[in-house]
Amino acid sequence: MTLTRLLLLALAAWAAGAAAAPDPFESTYQPAASTPALIRNATVLDGTGRRLDGADVLMRDGKIVAVGAGLDADGATVVDAQGRWVTPGLIDVHSHLGVYASPGVTAHQDGNEATDPVTAGVWAEHGVWPQDPGFYTALAGGTTTLQVLPGSANLIGGRGVTLRNVAATTMQEMKFPGAPHGLKMACGENPKRVYGGKGRSPSTRMGNVAGYRQAFADAQEYQRQWQKYERELAAYEAGSDGRKSSKKKGDGDAQPPASPKRDLRLETLVGAMNGEILVHIHCYRADEMAVMLDLAKEFGFKVAAFHHGVEAYKIADRLAQEGVCGALWADWWGFKMEAYDAIWENIAFVDAPENGCAIVHSDSAEGIQRLNQEAAKAMSRGQRAGLAIPPEHAIRWLTSNAARALGVADQVGTLEPGKRADVVIWNRDPFSVYAHADRVYVDGALRYDRATPPAQPESDFLLGQPAGGAL
Amino acid sequence: MRPTHAMAHACLCALAALPFAVASAQDLLVRNAKVHTVTERGTLERADVLVRNGRIVAVGTGLAAAGATVVEANGRPLTPGLFGGITALGVEEVSLESSTVDNDPHAAEQSAATAPEPRPEFDVTLSFNPDSAVIGVNRVEGITYAMVAPSAVSGSTVIAGQGTVARLDGRADAALAPSRTLFANLNAGVSRAGQFMLFEQAAREAKPTPQMRDGDFRLLTPAGRETLARYLNGGRIVFDVDRATDIRQVMAFAQKHGARPVVAGGAQAWQVAGQLAQAKVPVVLDPLVDLPDSFDQIGATLENAARLHKAGVRVAFTNLNDGTHNARKVRQAAGVAVANGLPWDAALAALTANPAEIFGIGNEYGRIAPGYVADLVLWSGDPLEVTTVAEQMWIDGRAQSMRSRQTELRDRYRPGAR
Repeated sequence: MTLTRLLLLALAAWAAGAAAAPDPFESTYQPAASTPALIRNATVLDGTGRRLDGADVLMRDGKIVAVGAGLDADGATVVDAQGRWVTPGLIDVHSHLGVYASPGVTAHQDGNEATDPVTAGVWAEHGVWPQDPGFYTALAGGTTTLQVLPGSANLIGGRGVTLRNVAATTMQEMKFPGAPHGLKMACGENPKRVYGGKGRSPSTRMGNVAGYRQAFADAQEYQRQWQKYERELAAYEAGSDGRKSSKKKGDGDAQPPASPKRDLRLETLVGAMNGEILVHIHCYRADEMAVMLDLAKEFGFKVAAFHHGVEAYKIADRLAQEGVCGALWADWWGFKMEAYDAIWENIAFVDAPENGCAIVHSDSAEGIQRLNQEAAKAMSRGQRAGLAIPPEHAIRWLTSNAARALGVADQVGTLEPGKRADVVIWNRDPFSVYAHADRVYVDGALRYDRATPPAQPESDFLLGQPAGGAL
Repeated sequence: MRPTHAMAHACLCALAALPFAVASAQDLLVRNAKVHTVTERGTLERADVLVRNGRIVAVGTGLAAAGATVVEANGRPLTPGLFGGITALGVEEVSLESSTVDNDPHAAEQSAATAPEPRPEFDVTLSFNPDSAVIGVNRVEGITYAMVAPSAVSGSTVIAGQGTVARLDGRADAALAPSRTLFANLNAGVSRAGQFMLFEQAAREAKPTPQMRDGDFRLLTPAGRETLARYLNGGRIVFDVDRATDIRQVMAFAQKHGARPVVAGGAQAWQVAGQLAQAKVPVVLDPLVDLPDSFDQIGATLENAARLHKAGVRVAFTNLNDGTHNARKVRQAAGVAVANGLPWDAALAALTANPAEIFGIGNEYGRIAPGYVADLVLWSGDPLEVTTVAEQMWIDGRAQSMRSRQTELRDRYRPGAR
């Protein structure tokens, strides 16, 4: 079989929901070489909801081996963490690092393909510039995994990519192996402002919803075409293999069925309906989130998380019932009308119900450097509102809950044995404005050490520039 | 899911259950507080602060005052009211809704083909709305006053207009006259040299020479010339600049024309810290800026505040990201500055005494000392810590309601209230 034929077969199987589509931009990420390390005598928040005082964390071959008191170093390098705290590497589900890179010059505006309200065929990873100095400052803040999303100008902005936050020359070297793509959708003001301003649809929230529905209806039809093709192909293959003879045609005159034309936009939407691509929706208002949940039911996809969700607290119970996460800020508000009803307690209230899934996200090159402080603000306000939120619970908002929304919870987000050894050693309780990440490990390799800052900036862009401090 | 009002009154914090209306002026004694005076007296443990008629009259131990309202602080920290930075508080309700935004002198001229003229006479405080919900949301975080500034974002004018520090307790006469400041706009998106050229032209017009005749080309209106002349005669001008060389140019311009410059932004200010200190030019900065958002900010560092302070530069804080709705974030930014080398006392001063000094009201605001206006905040813990909240505050000695539009929404949707 030719490569084209193989690809078509794979696509047909994928359209039928039977297999994951091949990734043409495959990850080339490789964990850096690491030596076994035993972090000794720390306060450990393991990301599952547990707090262990005076505990050790053992890492070997890039994986967590054990967490507990009095572990045997067994030849591992011992890192004294007396008085320090240890958490999983932090995960940001909403970043535009690389696609809106620093410096924010016009040439770096790669996050919104704002030329059509539905650009599901574009992928954020094709706009990621690995030299964005923001990756390095985020690492210094303990962020080891991040999803880079397209912006919110469009109803359906394209695919997001989940990255390992490591110094790299190519995007592929950062790409989280096997992580599902995200699909970025946007509610409300942004799409209708951008396209209404151009004198085209959508110019209202009505137009927004009609736009999503038509796009997914087109995707359903596209999926049917591929399913039909798969059936015809299977029949043809059966005939040409000679195991089963076609009743209609003899082997000699059978023609292979013609494959449908690939449509990159609809391919992405079919992936979302298959559950292979996780749906992330920028949506502020509670009433709009409720509409989007109905839309998801109409087309049979699941919403992984509502992002920004300034009013998520108003429908916290519904989000929890439907297993939808709220990826939220601690305190952003008021910059537009749909962000007017913010409260400090949003994250804590979304977290409160049984099965609530709250996530602290940044959407900001500044915020991603201190997700721990965002969580601290939300935790503190939740506590003052009467909710019992210990740090070992709140840490889930920026570790395991975020991993769940990105579909990588089997690999990162907690310090359980077998997981990737993404680990942060904090100089103190991380829920403090004074906390620093002392050491950040990615797959067991020390990628950031506050005690020995790099002699040169790691971003090529900053090399040879008057630097304020190495980034 | 239907919200009820049942929980609206069920506040957990007894102090926050004060009547919604602002209490009348009365004498106040805050007892047993950890008093951060932001004076040479430093921090006083277990100290009392006595307030009469809206002014601080005594700071010490064992103070007594018949008839005064007594508040037991139980060792909690007491600070001067915090300065919210350079903001659009009261002149911007919802940023993207132009009908609620009043800080841009040229918003109405956005479509004009020609560059808008500089209008130094534009006074943003005429738009100030003391009832803005944005003010209440920030006030309950301990912000008692802020610079209300013009912002010529839509135009390429080099002068945005004038602002003043406003007090944030809902009074109509909120502006503090001595804080009146002119705002230069050197991020107008045209050549830097072109901006200084226009500035020079405006300055010449403000100091007209006999050679200037009626028919000559002029940038400024008569009112604009009069206004600018006042600022060039020892007045205060805020220059929004980041690049070290631009800071040097601003200092030279101000020296030449007799104005007192304030640098706002100043991402590269640390590179010229010595010159700033020598010329006594203060810097209003955001301690969170550490990325080169533009080429002017290459070298931005979390140590900016620490380095400037060490060199002897007077530093105050502002939130450059969303300094209006999230003006309250200056407190977190101050904590981050401490985590990056700034002494704690200097960080608190950058939220209190320093901005008051920079904007000409340091003799009455920004410190806890006899004679000072009794703008005070009692905190649940370290005032620079993100887990700390303002538990009670006073403006002019009047207890402020600790409720805002956001606390109302919180209580309507509190889990269990639905």
